[in-house]
Order: sequence, then structure tokens, then C-alpha cells
Amino acid sequence: MDRIWVLAEQRDGEPSTVALELLAAARSFAGTVGAVTWGSGAAEAAATLGEHGATKVYDAGDVGDSLPGPRVAAAIAALIEAEGAPDALLVGQTYDGRDVAGRLSARLDRPVLTNIVGLSAEDGALVSEHAIFGGTQVLKARFTGESPGIFLIRAKSFAAEPAGGGAPEVASIELPDTGATDGAKVKGRHEEERSGPQLDEAAVVVSGGRGLGSAEHYALVEELAGLLHGAPGASRAIVDAGWVPYSHQVGQTGKTVKPTVYIACGISGATQHMVGMKGAKNIIAINKDESAPIFTIADLGVVGDVHTVLPKLIEAIKAHQ
Amino acid sequence: MNVAVCVKQIPDPAGELALDPSTHTLVREGKLILDDSDSYGVEMALQLVEAAGGGEVTLVSMAPNNETSGLRTALAMGAAKAVLISDEALAGSDALGTAKVLAAAVSRIQPDLVLAATESTDGYTGTTPVQLAELLGWPAVTFAKKVEVSPDSVTVQRQTEAGYDEVVSPLPAVVTVTAGVVEPRYPSFKGIMAARSKPVEELTVADLGLEASAVGAAGARQEVISVQAAEERKAGEIVTDEGDAHQRIVAYLEQIKVL
Ligand SMILES: Cc1cc2nc3c(=O)[nH]c(=O)nc-3n(C[C@H](O)[C@H](O)[C@H](O)COP(=O)(O)OP(=O)(O)OC[C@H]3O[C@@H](n4cnc5c(N)ncnc54)[C@H](O)[C@@H]3O)c2cc1C
Ligand SMILES: Nc1ncnc2c1ncn2[C@@H]1O[C@H](COP(=O)(O)O)[C@@H](O)[C@H]1O
Repeated sequence: MDRIWVLAEQRDGEPSTVALELLAAARSFAGTVGAVTWGSGAAEAAATLGEHGATKVYDAGDVGDSLPGPRVAAAIAALIEAEGAPDALLVGQTYDGRDVAGRLSARLDRPVLTNIVGLSAEDGALVSEHAIFGGTQVLKARFTGESPGIFLIRAKSFAAEPAGGGAPEVASIELPDTGATDGAKVKGRHEEERSGPQLDEAAVVVSGGRGLGSAEHYALVEELAGLLHGAPGASRAIVDAGWVPYSHQVGQTGKTVKPTVYIACGISGATQHMVGMKGAKNIIAINKDESAPIFTIADLGVVGDVHTVLPKLIEAIKAHQ
Repeated sequence: MNVAVCVKQIPDPAGELALDPSTHTLVREGKLILDDSDSYGVEMALQLVEAAGGGEVTLVSMAPNNETSGLRTALAMGAAKAVLISDEALAGSDALGTAKVLAAAVSRIQPDLVLAATESTDGYTGTTPVQLAELLGWPAVTFAKKVEVSPDSVTVQRQTEAGYDEVVSPLPAVVTVTAGVVEPRYPSFKGIMAARSKPVEELTVADLGLEASAVGAAGARQEVISVQAAEERKAGEIVTDEGDAHQRIVAYLEQIKVL
């Protein structure tokens, strides 16, 4: 393959982890790797993107209070018009990544290949691996349309690794005015306070589910996570119930985590949850139902009540320390 | 306020899902049900119309074999009517093909707002609603965890990595809702009875003025090479708590050097 572009989200000059993961993949397949980025701080992000293998960075500039989807997609479409299409565009499956990919797909009349967890090259073409049926099966497919293939890739499908690349060439590209599609405006941003390591980067993740019984009992999960210098996570059931913010959610629509150890407390193990955590090196599960699916993948399964096991576990770890 | 809700009718996810060995598309035989993910959009739409003090909720669904059982569930919840697009030419449609069909149907309905789910339960591409918005030339706000409308705009709390953004969009617009947005009602007996006589307009690809080559398998441009079971993790040791299970966990954490 000749050219691959990566959609590289960045914040305050720091590229997202998934962007760096995609660069690692892209540089193993193509000679020329471009990164498309936007937002204030894009210039600072370029150095890191270069270090990870981008030879050229296209900076679309600040989108202001627009949502990135319509205008960044239009910028990429214009870039393709000007420079020709790359063989593939790799996009992380994030909120904004999905929006950009969907908009671009409709604009270019190209499908988006989604839920990709692996890529390989066969006969000079990319073969994508898709997690289907909640990650229980893997489908391999080849994009047969006119380039670019748009590949929407799940986080943690590749390992980010600096390539020792030098400073990339940086080209400013224009953010076209897209009229009505750009009508939605961000009026305010709300950030939750957090402390401790990030959920998707922590070496220890302790997650709670509906089996905790009520929102107050989530404190046990937080305390255990804190003692182990880890991050607290959650099943979607308790996010939907409003016990914890969405940023805690692990799974298909939440975060993908690959910690050294994942401790699931009162979580049944729905496929949509397991797809986000079964890459953990070690899995410990506490559930009072011995037939809970989570036990089929746990290295250590404890059939027991979280309300008795967790307090004792917390005390034992405190004593240990 | 007229709201259209995109609802997908899917095979019961509690049953065995399977791919057709020759076409590699999802087997959609037998009864289909309303995708649980879309019940949130239906509920949200009903509440928005009520809050606006007038208007109605129209369902839009593309499904094989003129399937209506999922639509009846949503009609029983309170939607006024439905548009169903069903056509053999649609077999094997991908998200973009689906979006083209939905866009043509929405253009006929001309609602003020279109609601969809952030992702469906069976396909979970999550791209259909945004593709739909682009085809319509409308703004879209994805991942809504709260939605409010005024006569000419919609205000959304949109989930982000760090929390949420407050986003305001003019109408018409497409909004995708998460499962946390509202609690879907259960259809009442009266609702179920009333749903039987609510209108379901059935349309074909030709009725919508679309080319069969742009939708269905022909439009999908993806060749399936193989389908295999994902690598399974093996179950390890299972212990029943006799009051000392916490010690087993401590020992395990020591062994893997987390403690
Ligand atoms: C499109 C789609 C996307 C989804 N995405 C996600 C996702 O990203 N992440 C996710 O997590 N889910 C997701 N889901 C939801 C998923 O299908 C499950 O509904 C959810 O994971 C269940 O959460 P849970 O295990 O906490 O609850 P439940 O399934 O209700 O399980 C609770 C468990 O707690 C156990 N329990 C009860 N009391 C106790 C006690 N005292 N002590 C110990 N154990 C106890 C029970 O035995 C049970 O196994 C998605 C679903 C769909 C359709
Ligand atoms: N065939 C369909 N008919 C109606 N709505 C659909 C259809 N496919 C997708 N949608 C809508 O788009 C959402 C996201 O679907 P998906 O892109 O499959 O994840 C669904 O939850 C529906 O709201």
C-alpha cells in the first residue's frame, strides 16, 4: 500500500491514545502515513504524531464551537479532491471519530467498515477483522470499493509505539463551511472531576454491576480500586441507572480495558460487557450466581455475595499494606 | 412538534444469532422484535411531543418480509403511525444503504426531529444515523443523554470522554439517544389493542425513487473472507465463599504481583 491516513484526535497538543495506536498499524502497512488533525494545539500534537510515524500532518485548525463531524469530514473530502484518495483512512471508534467517518462515508458514497479489532495485508489490500455478535465471533473482510476504504477501529486493537520518526511536514488544510449540517453548536463543556489513573490505562480495574444493589455500595468498588492504585469501572446497567457517570462504563459502547487484573463485582458478564474487558491479563469475578457467564472467562471466580466479600477483601488488603 | 423515530426490528438477541453461510449476512428469519436500543428513542419522542403540546410520533423502519411485529410494539407504546420499507432488493444492505433508504423515507415524512439509537443491538455500527443526517443535509447530535426541544431548536447533553457537552441545534436535526436517556414505558393493554389499527404505510425501493444498485448487497462493497469463533478465554478456578474467599483473592493478587 502506498498511502494511509489516520484521523488523529488531539487535545491541548496531546494526541489521543487510539490515534497513536492507529499510526503504529498504518506505518506497518504503508510507506506514507498522513495524520489529519484539528483543534487548538494541533501544531504541538504534530511532533508526537511524527514520532509515531506520521510523515505528514494535515492540520484543519480550530473548529470553534462546531461539532467536528461535518466540517472535518468536508475537509478530508476536499483534501482527497486535491491530493487523491489514500488507500485507507483509519479512524478510532470514538464519539467524534464515528461522526466524522459517517459524514465522510455519505459524502464520498463509500461504506464504513466498523468494529474492527485487527488489520492485515493480503495481496496488497487491507483485510479487516471485525468483532461481531458481541465479540464472540471474528469476521474477516476485504473492502472492494473504490479507495479510500474507511476503517472504524476499536481502541486497544494495536499497541502504540513511538517509531522514532522526525518532525513531520505540517500542512494547513481548510475547514469548509458546510452550511446547515454544521448547525449544532457547543454552548458549554462539563467535565467530571476525577482522580487516580485513567480507566483505559490503569493496571488494575475494579468494576461494579447491578449486583451491588444500590448506588451507595459503589463506594466499595471505589475503595478497593483506590487501595490497588487502580480505576473504578462499571457495567452499563449501573451507568443507565445513574449510579455512576458514563465515563466509567466498560464494554462495547464504553471503554476497552486491558489491565493486569480486572475485578468484576456483581457483574453478570453480558457479551457487550465482556468484549470490553476480556483482554485483561487476569480476571477475578465475584458473583453470587454460580452460572453467571462472567465465570466462563474468570481466572479466579468467587461464588459469593459482594456485600460480604468486598468489605473483608478491603480490610485484608489494608492489613497487608 | 413532529418526531420521526428510526426503529430497527431485529431477531431476538436472547436467541442464537447466526450468519447465512453463503451471503454472510445476519439470518433474519422468523419473528423480529423491536430493538431494545430503539425503545429509548420511542419513549423520548413521545415525551418530547407531549412536552411540546402537540404533534405526533412516526416510526420509520426498514425490514425484510414486511415485518411489523417490532413496529406494533412501538405503536402500542404510543406512536401514531409507521412507515415500513421492505423490499427484496434491500437484502444485505450495509449502514450506508440503510441510511439512503431511511433518508428517502424521512424526506416524505418531513418531521421536525429524527431520533435514533446510538447503535443497534445486532449490527452496532453506530454510523447509520450520522450518514442519514449527511444525506438529508441536516445537523446531527450523537450520544444524547438528555434532550429538550423548543419550537425551533433542540438542546442536548452530549456524552464526551470527560463528561458532557451542552449542544444546541436548529431543527430539523437528527439526534441519537443513549440507553440512559429515559425509561421506556411498557405498552398498556389499551395501547396494544389500539396499535392493531394504527396505520403502517408499506413502501418499496421503487416507491422511494431509489436505485436498487445503490442499496442492498450491491451497495455494500465488502467481501467477507471468513467467520471464526473468537479466541475464547478459559475459565480458571471457581471457589464458593465460605467466609474466606477474600483470602483467595489476596493470594491471587500476590501471585500476580499486584500486591
Ligand atoms: C447495543 C448494546 C450495547 C451495550 N453496551 C454495553 C457496554 O458497553 N457495557 C456493558 O456493561 N453493557 C452493555 N450492554 C448491556 C449488557 O447487555 C448488560 O445488560 C449489562 O452489561 C448488564 O450489567 P450487569 O452485569 O451489571 O447487570 P445484570 O446483568 O443484571 O447482572 C447483575 C449480576 O449481579 C449478580 N448479583 C446480584 N446480587 C449480587 C450480590 N449481592 N453479590 C454478588 N453478585 C450479585 C447477579 O447474579 C447478576 O449476575 C449493552 C447492550 C446493548 C444492547
Ligand atoms: N433498518 C433500520 N430501520 C430503521 N432504523 C434503523 C435501521 N438500521 C439502523 N437504524 C437506526 O440507526 C440506529 C443505529 O444503528 P446501527 O448503525 O446499526 O448501529 C438504530 O438503533 C436505529 O435507530
